[in-house]
Amino acid sequence: MEVLDLARWQFGITTVYHFLMVPLTIGLSILVAGMQTAWVRTGNERYLKMTKFWGKLLLVNFAMGVVTGIVQEFQFGMNWSAYSRFVGDVFGAPLAMEGLVAFFVESTFLGLWIFGWDRLPKRVHLACVWAFSLATVASAYFILAANSWMQHPVGAEFVDGKPTMTSIWAVLTNNTALAAIPHTIAGTFSVSAAFLVGIAAWRLWRKRRERDEDRQVWRSSLKLGAWTGVVAFAALAITGDVQGKLMFEQQPMKMASAEALCHTEQPASFSILAVGDVRDANCENVKTFSVPALLSFLAHNDFDTEVKGIEDLVGEYQERYGTHYPDDPALGELAGQPIDYVPNLPVTYWGFRIMIGFGGLSAAFGVLALWLTRKDRIPDTKWFPRAALLSIATPFIANSAGWIFTEMGRQPFVVVPNPTGVDGVWMFTAQAVSNVSTGEVWTSLISLTALYAVLAVVEVYLIAKYVRGGVEGVMPPKKPDDEGEGPDKTDDDALAFAY
Amino acid sequence: MDLETIWFCIVALFFAGYLFLEGFDFGVGMLLPILGRDNTERRVMINTIGPVWDGNEVWLIVAGGAMFAAFPAWYAGLFSAVYLPLLLVLLALIGRGVAFEYRGKVDSVRWRRNWDRVIMIGSWIPPFGVGLLLTTSVLGLPLDADGNRVGTAFESVRWDTVLGGLAVVGFSLVHGAAFLALKTDGDIRQRARRLAVRILPVALLPAVALMLLVQWREGSAWTLVPLAVSATAAFVAWWRLSLGREGQGFAALGVVIVSAAVVLFGALYPGVLPSTLDAANSLTVDNASSSPYTLTVMSWVALFGAPAVLVYQGWTYWVFRKRISTQHIPKVHVPR
Ligand code: HDD
Ligand code: HEM
Ligand code: HEM
Repeated sequence: MEVLDLARWQFGITTVYHFLMVPLTIGLSILVAGMQTAWVRTGNERYLKMTKFWGKLLLVNFAMGVVTGIVQEFQFGMNWSAYSRFVGDVFGAPLAMEGLVAFFVESTFLGLWIFGWDRLPKRVHLACVWAFSLATVASAYFILAANSWMQHPVGAEFVDGKPTMTSIWAVLTNNTALAAIPHTIAGTFSVSAAFLVGIAAWRLWRKRRERDEDRQVWRSSLKLGAWTGVVAFAALAITGDVQGKLMFEQQPMKMASAEALCHTEQPASFSILAVGDVRDANCENVKTFSVPALLSFLAHNDFDTEVKGIEDLVGEYQERYGTHYPDDPALGELAGQPIDYVPNLPVTYWGFRIMIGFGGLSAAFGVLALWLTRKDRIPDTKWFPRAALLSIATPFIANSAGWIFTEMGRQPFVVVPNPTGVDGVWMFTAQAVSNVSTGEVWTSLISLTALYAVLAVVEVYLIAKYVRGGVEGVMPPKKPDDEGEGPDKTDDDALAFAY
Repeated sequence: MDLETIWFCIVALFFAGYLFLEGFDFGVGMLLPILGRDNTERRVMINTIGPVWDGNEVWLIVAGGAMFAAFPAWYAGLFSAVYLPLLLVLLALIGRGVAFEYRGKVDSVRWRRNWDRVIMIGSWIPPFGVGLLLTTSVLGLPLDADGNRVGTAFESVRWDTVLGGLAVVGFSLVHGAAFLALKTDGDIRQRARRLAVRILPVALLPAVALMLLVQWREGSAWTLVPLAVSATAAFVAWWRLSLGREGQGFAALGVVIVSAAVVLFGALYPGVLPSTLDAANSLTVDNASSSPYTLTVMSWVALFGAPAVLVYQGWTYWVFRKRISTQHIPKVHVPR
């Protein structure tokens, strides 16, 4: 394998991994902030228990989000130095802003929240968790603005062989970003919703014969999760529809690949499932079950818009962006080779469907669980807890599929050309990698993947342990003359929370 | 001052802040098995940095981000050239960050012992790697006309850059001991202070040697001033610490590292990454920087962002200003 392939694998693996932690952190931190707000306003012990329990799981997950994020920040320079040099003038800005505006707030106020229990006044402490959780959203905003610029470069012009920023405002209000951000944030809520539903349902079932007072904790969590999941899915469908329309204008090849649409169609139908090999560029062996004219609607809000197929698009792309890579030794094997403008079709086609399908599944399970546990019932079957735990995975899969689709659907470009303006601002992925040895990238790919694998096991183990421990695991039962909520107030000065 | 120079100073500032802040974090981690005689003492040590270590680490992230935005060619050239050492730093930081959070989550001696090891290794490697990275940037690399490294993957590992690594390791060790003396109470406070006094003359030697080397090779007349300040502060730190004035000793160590950073970056300016092959290939603040527009935008962000950071991070240190001792440590409470 060449540096290019290794660097792509590394980026894919580390980013998908980072984005397993990220959505849980973002969605859950906001829900936990909400729980703590409910506690501060009502004084109801149940909300305190919810805050402590879900807050603990949040911390276990957050640590992993942080440490995997550092790799992301540095790998642009390490593996993608040609890319960094080329786009740094525009792309560096949102990245630096993310650090300065979001990460500092996030990390500092999380520290205050963890260690500030019983030390800060209640309302100040509450403000800390809000500062933290809103900062996670801010960080998503900046990084998605950076990513959206790669999908659809704006606010730049081509000067001296490089994109040069002309308007930070245009970069930060890129319509691609404004659509991707609500979609991604809704995706984070989908993840945390399923996390709440799955765990709460499992705990309810586990203690179905005991009527302990913590039951209300799990009921409330389940209800919160299920409703959040439904609303999140609705938001995903609406914002996804907006993204589809932008994609139709901005990245027609990605649109065609999402449907494995070989020939131009008018009106275009939306394929739900395909039997056969979607890789086949002629579509001869593929039978698809499709809804007539739905793709036209997704693309342009009416039922008879023409959607271009891959065949026609390849010709257009060749005309505009060339048929062959330049004969530059930095391109390695690809130097002087023809450019393949068609993304990996099975990945884009199935990625798109897995995103929607699994996202829908997770919302559906939330509703089902809510219905099955209505009026203090708890199903006495074995499949219920199993399905509950399995359902936690569904939105994670949907999110990963969404990203893999978005990122692989823009190949062979790393910076996709903007079809309406910003001339010259685009870059092929093959031109983006560093001039380093394969040995170096192998070393980092293997060591990071191995370390990540170990840490995944540890994280899941810890989460499972805290789930089994329930409320007692995070809050020791109160002693008679104990007024506060902190653990073991034997000494007035004892830290309420300590590592 | 032109914008490029201002941004050079801002990048230097973030690195200096990082060395100062995470310097004592690393020191605490390095000393964990040395000063912490039992689990409670180790928990005391970890809790002195518990609320702040992550915020301190962000200084590195922002230093990198500021380099990326203001000097893309510097960021790209340096990080791809110092690939393997940087990878080691990342691996160590990953383990360390997780270890702080996970160490206390299971009540088992073996579990804690393993994470203690991760914390220790994760605290020795990064200061070494960061020192090596910065020294490489100051003393240069064989770079071709595109700003790419020529030669092997180990081009950045030489005796002079290793000295740079040792300089930051030595400093972090003393700084951590001084920080513990300042933030703890009881027996461990005394031991930390005595250790700081005892090791300081040896541990700061590489830093002094590095400054002299840099001064000799790249320095200009004015960098002699911060060099003298740094060396004097090292002496003051030793003197105040040995008198038991922990706060003053710690502050003097801060002066040591900040003025050492001034020497390093001062000697580097106006370069950012010199080429040892051909001076024409060297990256400088002019040929590595972003456009004036980008630098202007980033200046506004930094103008409002950086002071805010100082205010709320300062507030955190104020909230957690109390010394911690073994009786403050609550019983272990985790799910069975
Ligand atoms: C949609 C959201 C999102 C996306 C697409 C990414 N991240 Fe991320 N990142 C976050 C949302 C986030 C977060 C929610 O803010 C995290 C996750 C958990 C956490 O601690 O903060 C975080 C942590 C995090 C950190 C550690 C911050 C700290 O120490 O507190 C860094 C350096 C990065 N990320 C950098 C990146 C880069 C360079 C990415 C692009 C490839 C990236 N992240 C993708
Ligand atoms: C967190 C969500 C993200 C996921 C899961 C994700 C996933 C991926 C995947 C799977 C690839 C490999 C694609 C391929 O090689 O065919 C990739 C490549 C890449 N992504 Fe993303 N990505 C995410 C966010 C981002 C963001 C926010 C940025 C930039 C700010 C970004 C920049 C890149 C770059 C530079 C590459 C390498 C070039 C390439 O192979 O296309 N990604 N990403
Ligand atoms: C009806 C439902 C949905 C539609 C129509 C839809 C549509 C889209 C489209 C068109 C994109 C690509 C944007 C681009 O590359 O330009 C996308 C990306 C993405 N989707 Fe969805 N989506 C839906 C549901 C979901 C669900 C349920 C999830 C997760 C739970 C999800 C997560 C993502 C993610 C993480 C991305 C990549 C980031 C981004 O570009 O925003 N989507 N979606």
